[in-house]
Amino acid sequence: MVFLSISACCRCLCLFLGAALLLTGCGNEWNDPYPAAERGANRLYSAFSERPKHLDPAISYSNSEIGFIAQIYEPPLQYHYLKRPYELIPSTLDGMPQIRLYDKAGRLLPETASGDQVERSVYRLKLRPDVRYQPHPAFSLNEDGSARYMNLDASQSRALQTPSGPMALAEPGSRLLTAHDYVYQIKRLAHPSVQSPIYGMMSEHILGLKSLSALIKSALDSAPGAWVDLDTMPLPGAVAIDDQTLEITLEDKYPQFIYWLAMNFFAPVPREVDQFYSQPALRNGNVQLDTWPVGTGPFMMVYNNPNARIELSRNPNFHDERYPCQGQPEDIAAGLLTSCDARLPLIDSIVFSREKESLPYWNKFLQGYYDESGISSDSFDQAVRVNINGDVNVSPAMSAQGIQLQTSVRTSVYYMGFNMLDPVVGGRTPEEQRRAKLLRQALSIVLDQEEFISIFLNGRGQPGMGPLPPGIFGHLDGEAGINPVVYKWKDGAPQRRSLAEAKALLAKAGWPDGRDAKTGSPLVLNLDTTSGGLGDKSTMDWMSRQLNQVGVQLVIRSTDFNRFQEKLRKGSAQLYFLGWNADYPDPENFFFLFYGPEGKVAHGGENTANYSNPEFDRLFRIMKNQPNGPSRQAVIDQMLNLVREDAPWIYSFYPKSYVLRQGWLQNFKLNNVASNTIKYQRIDAASRAQLRAEWNDPLRWPFLIMLGGLVLLLWPALNAYRVRSGLDAFGKQVRKR
Amino acid sequence: MFAYILRRVLYAIPILIGVNLITFALFFMVNSPDDMARMQLGVKRVTPEAIQQWKAERGYDKPLFLNETSAGVAQITDTIFYSKSLTLFAGEFGRSEDGREIGREIRERMGPSLAIAIPTFLVGLGLTVSLSLFLVLFRGTWLDRTGVVLCVGLMSISSLFFIIGGQFIFARMLQLVPISGYESNPLVAWHFLILPVTVAVVAGIGSSTRWYRTLFLEEIGKDYVRTARAKGLSDTAVLFRHVLRNGLIPILTGVVVVIPTLFMGSLLIESFFGIPGLGSYTIDAIAAQDFAVVRAMVFLGSGLYLLGLILTDLSYTLVDPRIRLK
Repeated sequence: MVFLSISACCRCLCLFLGAALLLTGCGNEWNDPYPAAERGANRLYSAFSERPKHLDPAISYSNSEIGFIAQIYEPPLQYHYLKRPYELIPSTLDGMPQIRLYDKAGRLLPETASGDQVERSVYRLKLRPDVRYQPHPAFSLNEDGSARYMNLDASQSRALQTPSGPMALAEPGSRLLTAHDYVYQIKRLAHPSVQSPIYGMMSEHILGLKSLSALIKSALDSAPGAWVDLDTMPLPGAVAIDDQTLEITLEDKYPQFIYWLAMNFFAPVPREVDQFYSQPALRNGNVQLDTWPVGTGPFMMVYNNPNARIELSRNPNFHDERYPCQGQPEDIAAGLLTSCDARLPLIDSIVFSREKESLPYWNKFLQGYYDESGISSDSFDQAVRVNINGDVNVSPAMSAQGIQLQTSVRTSVYYMGFNMLDPVVGGRTPEEQRRAKLLRQALSIVLDQEEFISIFLNGRGQPGMGPLPPGIFGHLDGEAGINPVVYKWKDGAPQRRSLAEAKALLAKAGWPDGRDAKTGSPLVLNLDTTSGGLGDKSTMDWMSRQLNQVGVQLVIRSTDFNRFQEKLRKGSAQLYFLGWNADYPDPENFFFLFYGPEGKVAHGGENTANYSNPEFDRLFRIMKNQPNGPSRQAVIDQMLNLVREDAPWIYSFYPKSYVLRQGWLQNFKLNNVASNTIKYQRIDAASRAQLRAEWNDPLRWPFLIMLGGLVLLLWPALNAYRVRSGLDAFGKQVRKR
Repeated sequence: MFAYILRRVLYAIPILIGVNLITFALFFMVNSPDDMARMQLGVKRVTPEAIQQWKAERGYDKPLFLNETSAGVAQITDTIFYSKSLTLFAGEFGRSEDGREIGREIRERMGPSLAIAIPTFLVGLGLTVSLSLFLVLFRGTWLDRTGVVLCVGLMSISSLFFIIGGQFIFARMLQLVPISGYESNPLVAWHFLILPVTVAVVAGIGSSTRWYRTLFLEEIGKDYVRTARAKGLSDTAVLFRHVLRNGLIPILTGVVVVIPTLFMGSLLIESFFGIPGLGSYTIDAIAAQDFAVVRAMVFLGSGLYLLGLILTDLSYTLVDPRIRLK
């Protein structure tokens, strides 16, 4: 531009500024990432960071995937939205399942019968008669009753390879849910090509699931790649008595099975849907059940671009389900019962936008373009204020925006595990085991979890007292619930035992001042971790310093995730840091992490510490078959005493969820177990539109000043050029300026 | 020239095989097929049978390079390397580990990547050449010195700073554009692209301007420039007609080679601005240990780079009549 004449430059700049001014005359919300036509719509705006790998209900097992499919599929049961502790209620059922127990002779047993006596558990589920599937081309029929879209060719399939997928096909059909659909899905769990993560576990319980898998495998071997009609293959463990009645038979007593009936693995999949997606043209075009779910739930998928945006809209066929009218006492004050008896869902659609980075997500939340958000560590100070009493609330700036904070202790536990197969921290001989136990107890005291939570989690955690987090039956608060190995009760609160006590334990363990009492060599422990980034260094340094207080040296062995898992599988790790998120709210789902037959090295199970205690295993077998009540609590107390005393884990903390929601998002209650909660939420769309417009009025003047600054910078340059071009080789002015 | 091009294309084949081999070896040095299966199946309740089944379905149950259980050619062909890597030469990208067709993904994501890369490339090139000529025009003055200091400053700042700073100032504070997002409709897309393109251009100004300035300064000291000045040509005429044209040869080396690789997208920009392009596809694949996508993207990247090198050689003949390709 500098090589144009000055007047031309001036003309260009004037045009540019004129255009900028013209632009500033446009409407508000220039930064709105959504189409203007959506403004004022009854939609929920949320985000996802990872593209979902699986949307097939037989496969999905990660929270990020379940967040989508839980809105679409309906397992037989669900959790009450408001009641705590978590309570199972019917979802597509007419009532709760009837459970009958039988012995070897086929005689009916009482519910209290012990696991040893029970040969069969039969769950009878009666379906509601009014549950219909979402509109979908798989249900679309010709006049003669044959499937309309069953022989799609490659060109038709290509037309479906858009974000609208099969929903682009005209005249989709629907039908009533039947018990056969549940049977079909249970059979899919055994399908070798589906690769359901719970098949291994369920095949130990559901009658005939293992032999069904073998049958399907042989069918696949004889006709590779062909669709296998599961209706032709018998499964005695799952039978549709009639269209409305389903019977599931287990080979043992497994009371926790009822929780599985509230998970996506047991959501119905109709045979015709499976057949529709098995068409080679669709399969090759990646239009599959794993990418395009079909359910009876409140929402259905209408747009699927997992790289940018996923959209669910209201299922017009959703059955009559009402907002709950009962909850916790505090729910009334929180306004959570104002929608009592309203027909669900309360919003029309959900838009999930992909945000790979937390910063853009956070900033868009502050601009009102997302309705709820978590809080990253970077944004914590901006978002949350903690007063001297330890009460947390949103910062004044956010409060002024109407943003509200909800916190809840998650049904998860984080722990530092000791590999019990290791000679130092686990011990091989009885003497080594005695010493190792004292060492583990000492280390449990030394690692100050309160400090860890305060420094590294911004207080978003509760110190661990055992494997059971709050909200799980068996967890006790107060003095009865403390871990006596690490804490003592003083002045009405748990107090961590002193370093002196830890040192005394260490000395008893044969490591006075962190040195071998016989050889004098220092005690060096190795912590295997997948952490290794700059942000994790401070955490690792902190841990090293903590152990150094008693003379123990900690070596951090950072490794990638695969090697870490391999070390756990082979038992070559010594100390490691892990967490466990509950599948369902039952103590069995935590205690099985210590159960001997679940040992990682010996059995490939989830007991990564390879803890083995026959007494614990005996109590576990009793506890897992008991109903919640005083006798179960008594057994749990014994089990807790054992794992606290043996200390195979350092019970670090129970994480706390901190979720911010905009003021216009109503009926929002954190639920750590259920994911199908969006149907209860309500949006005040008018208020959102108004506030968004207020918050996002573009600030024009700084931009104009920047443009002006650029002009000011250019001006002397242009002037200098004009002077210079008028000079001769000796610097003499030869042309008029 | 045809013979030259043919020769270069033939040279490219062993290079691509080598790149494939190295990618394969590096990937499987870090990840075993078991690890890949675990990554796809999750870490909860995964049985050894499920892992075996996953590997068998995707052909990862074979040996890596040599199948001693097979006979004849099958010893080579019935291996993971042959079945997964060499098929790329037939244009078969195959499917990602989660079952999606890679070729289709690449076609879908190429558009968003190019929507960022082409304007960034063109605006960036035009701006940096203009700025460097500007600095050369005022060489030795305070304008030149200030410009160089600014360039060094811009070079020294991480591109992440420009991204976060740009998002904060223009999208969060001034609220002029969306913070992130993408829309394939070109009438709407500019709304989302203006900030990432501006950020990418500004982040690249410093180093390119300094480099081009050095090239032009080298040219401007040559005899033919003095001759041109002596015959009375103006500064602008000398710069545009002589210096720019002669300075283009080294610039072309750096510029033409990147043109084909524009398809590959930008890792950081796409990630922060929510652009569903090929850069973020590659990053996602690495994070998910998706070997099928990683090998396809490395193959595509190296192929495009080799194409860029050939195009660079060809472009020399266009700007310098003395160069003849044989």
